[in-house]
Amino acid sequence: MLSAPALLGVEFDYTLRNVVMGSAALGAVGGAIGSFATLRRQSLLGDAVAHAALPGIGLAFLLTGTKATGGLLLGALLTGWLGTLAVLAITRGSRVKEDAALGIVLSVFFGVGALLLAYIRQSGEAAQSGLDRFLFGQAAGLVAEDVRLIAVVGGGALLAVALLFKEFKLLAFDPDFAATLGFPVTPLTVALTSLIVVAVIVGLQTVGVVLMVTVLVAPSIAARQWTNRLGPLVILAGFLGALAGATGSLLSSTVDRLPTGPTVVLIATAIVGVSVVVAPGRGLLWESVARRRRDRRTRIGSVLADLATLSPAPVSGGALPVTIATLASHRGVTPRELRRPLSELKRRGAVRLEGDGAVALTSAGEAQAAAAAHRERLWRSALARQMDLPGDRVHLSTDDIERVLAPEVLVALEGDQTTGRTLGTGDESRATGLNPDGIGMTVSGLPAGGADR
Amino acid sequence: MDDATPAGAFPVEIRDLTVAYQSRPVLWDVDLAVRPGRLTAVVGPNGAGKSTLLKAMLGLVPAASGWVKVFGEPPARQRRRVAYVPQRGSVDWDFPTNALDVVEMGRYGSLGWLRRPGRADREAAIACLRRVGMDAFASRQISQLSGGQQQRVFLARALAQGADLYVMDEPLAGVDAVTERAVVALLQGLRADGKTVIVVHHDLQTVPSYFDEVALLNVRLVAAGPVEDVFSPENLQATYGGRIGFLDAPGAKATAASAAD
Amino acid sequence: MSFAAVIILTGALTAASCSLVGCFLVLRRMALVGDAISHSVLLGIVAVFALTGARSGPLLVVGAAAVGLLTVVLIEAVRRTGRVREDAAIGLVFPALFSIGVILVSRFPNSVHIDVQHLLYGEIAFSPLYRVELWGADLGYRSLWMLGGMTAANLAFVVAFYKELKLATFDPALAAAVGLSPVVVHYALMAMVSATTVVAFDSVGSILVVAMLVVPPATAYLLTNRLATMLTLSVLVGTASAVGGYLIARLLDSSTSGAMAAMAGVLFATALLLSPSQGLIARRRELARLRRGLAERLLLTHLDGGHGAGDRTTLRERFGWSARTEATVVRSALARGHVRAEGSGRLVLTEAGRGAAGEIGVG
Repeated sequence: MLSAPALLGVEFDYTLRNVVMGSAALGAVGGAIGSFATLRRQSLLGDAVAHAALPGIGLAFLLTGTKATGGLLLGALLTGWLGTLAVLAITRGSRVKEDAALGIVLSVFFGVGALLLAYIRQSGEAAQSGLDRFLFGQAAGLVAEDVRLIAVVGGGALLAVALLFKEFKLLAFDPDFAATLGFPVTPLTVALTSLIVVAVIVGLQTVGVVLMVTVLVAPSIAARQWTNRLGPLVILAGFLGALAGATGSLLSSTVDRLPTGPTVVLIATAIVGVSVVVAPGRGLLWESVARRRRDRRTRIGSVLADLATLSPAPVSGGALPVTIATLASHRGVTPRELRRPLSELKRRGAVRLEGDGAVALTSAGEAQAAAAAHRERLWRSALARQMDLPGDRVHLSTDDIERVLAPEVLVALEGDQTTGRTLGTGDESRATGLNPDGIGMTVSGLPAGGADR
Repeated sequence: MDDATPAGAFPVEIRDLTVAYQSRPVLWDVDLAVRPGRLTAVVGPNGAGKSTLLKAMLGLVPAASGWVKVFGEPPARQRRRVAYVPQRGSVDWDFPTNALDVVEMGRYGSLGWLRRPGRADREAAIACLRRVGMDAFASRQISQLSGGQQQRVFLARALAQGADLYVMDEPLAGVDAVTERAVVALLQGLRADGKTVIVVHHDLQTVPSYFDEVALLNVRLVAAGPVEDVFSPENLQATYGGRIGFLDAPGAKATAASAAD
Repeated sequence: MSFAAVIILTGALTAASCSLVGCFLVLRRMALVGDAISHSVLLGIVAVFALTGARSGPLLVVGAAAVGLLTVVLIEAVRRTGRVREDAAIGLVFPALFSIGVILVSRFPNSVHIDVQHLLYGEIAFSPLYRVELWGADLGYRSLWMLGGMTAANLAFVVAFYKELKLATFDPALAAAVGLSPVVVHYALMAMVSATTVVAFDSVGSILVVAMLVVPPATAYLLTNRLATMLTLSVLVGTASAVGGYLIARLLDSSTSGAMAAMAGVLFATALLLSPSQGLIARRRELARLRRGLAERLLLTHLDGGHGAGDRTTLRERFGWSARTEATVVRSALARGHVRAEGSGRLVLTEAGRGAAGEIGVG
């Protein structure tokens, strides 16, 4: 990616400064406000609003003859707003679903816009008015006045988000709860939607109506990968949006025939791609590394556990060897698959390989193996009792058990182990029945009548 | 609005309440008075209007007729005194926030506009997490919590509201044994503090051991009152119709025991 | 055939072919997937041209439609990462593919023969200019052949797989149970949508295809409950939009495709307001009627339950009714013979009313 300072050093003239500042501001506003749209699953509302802004530009020009950006954007604001109202009216007032409502508003408003722009064009005024720049954006056309406008309007929108941050967070996470706290949910929703419209309008000059949706959606998707908190997410989304906007518009202004909107979109999409793959924690790369590591640990743990079970009781000093073939058939794997875990265990000094394909636990390995076998029993016990685990935890290695299960659960499970109760059978009567709603499952395992102390 | 109810009013008083979505009545002519300082279960089959009844108490759904009063006033004027625990499935658990932050949301109502939660709110939130045994998980991203832990975070959020009336929608649905014990202990603690708790509950068998009062609902209110008076096989049959063979279940422990073999 | 007739027929065939597959998009709540496909086929068109030089014909349709299908696959893949929800996945994938297409068009305008105007609005007015020749014989207008063929293909698809489409749309679980793979139906439909948007591209451009895919079916959806009727109606609405749009565009000397979309919008708005079963007005009236019915039922159970006497002022208090509501409800109950008024305005339940009250309540 181009670093801004390098380019700035070469050619930091007046126009370019406007372009960079204007596009960065647009990206920041779109990214920050768009975060709330994606969290509320309204990513595509921005798309409909952006398309709905087009007829407003045509109307403003036809009615007032203005070429001033401010006037045109006011028209865009008006029809963008009407567009969201239309989506609401269609979904609330009829059986047409949201996806179709968005498609209808998007295409019909855009069609009216196309009609108006073509009408203006054939009357010969379009050339001077330059209305077509709102289709795909034209960052190079930004002048100081536009930048001021973007800064003031966008800054106002960001300030509103900062002031209402707590309310918007509540609205996005749990609107019903917000209502029970006494927050006016409908006015807040209207305010948030209006801010989305404003963010769209701010971006029209740089990215254009057709592709504005990316500026709203992409930065927050990328930012989500890097943080688990809403505040940092909104700020990071603003920053990433600014980055995409600034580099995209710089490129488009310096390279011939490179339309701004599509360039910004591709850079923003690339940022999302990188974030989804490499971000620590949530990145796909990390996940796959972690999964592989977990699989390896699981395999080593299960080999150890099997060794503990299969090794004949030692007569004196050191465990007796077990053949690799026995070990493999016990787990239902091929001996080849055991080669790596076994050599890892050997490296750790837990086993020693005997001749003729046999393996034996060392004295250090015996303790490890006993622990592994114990963990595996606990783990099976937990699974069999249908402990309430998040779905992604079901395949955890046995080593993770202490991390995942609450201490009191472990105590309970240990208790089961020691009293030798078989798994999953203890409280069948509770688990099976008497749940007329069929909602959820009744978890077995409470001692009868134990909870009403 | 000046028909002043005497002091010591019921925490929740519902009169002739009918709620309808479109034309379908979800609640029909319900009269109910919830007694203070007691644990009340709301029980009934799917589609019986249990959640709607709670939402009516919270002033979230409009009544087609009748009224709801909370501590003698319309629900909208008693927001500070009522805490709500929604169903766990009602929110997106991948939302970028952690357990402590969710609990802090319980304080937003009393903060008012433009003010941000401060140190006092944070400490209060941590204390609430501790009460549900979740303080060790304060900084966990909420999707990294198990279902039962998520439920306990929701309960802690309600505690953070510092309310007098707690309204909970299925807090015991699909939770693990540890959470079930924690929730029940919490309910009993709230009762000991003189709070009133109303819980939508689905497990008929535990109603007598967990709750003091029960309201049996199936669009109409079938019966309401102390568990020992109201929770009878006849009333349950009236509530659930002849739907499944659960009818013996809650009545006598003897029947349950004989059914188990 | 006059130029005007060719343009109108082209528009009508565009609308018809889009409406046929669009119905299933609307019913399956995939309108925006259609939007995504219609955008990304631009990339397909550019790519096929760059690779083969084809600007029309079956090669272009198949090649560009493949990119449309790729879009669907990509959206699904992005969603499957578990990091991005479906709405955002759509919003990420198609603008990126579309952007690549737009950049290619802008960078190499002469080699692709599509300019930005064309890709946004199409050039239906040029449809009479291109004819098809085969072995020196003039076979007629290219647009009519292409769109006529596409309409026929879509019609054949819908007729041949009517049962399958219907079942997979309304009850995917049952479809799977009887051995119909919903996945196969899904991708077959997506392939037809992709091909249709490629063919329609010349007439209406990338964005206004959506107007043809979604608006006429949604309009028809407001007018009927039957799938076959919906398909027929949506073709009619689409055709009417095309013809009406052409006339408006002639009148204003403006964009035909824009006018077609606007016209479709007008027809939709009309249906939204006036549909006898689903329209806003009909629904409001129906809702008022249902409310009255509910109030009447309340009145009957109130009297039946012996909740005190039917003193008319207590009714208002008890149910929070206005004097007008109360008057309407009582008048209606009197007219039905469910209650009768005694002296001093007291209401008494009649035998018929008691029967009616007994049936009420728990549904």
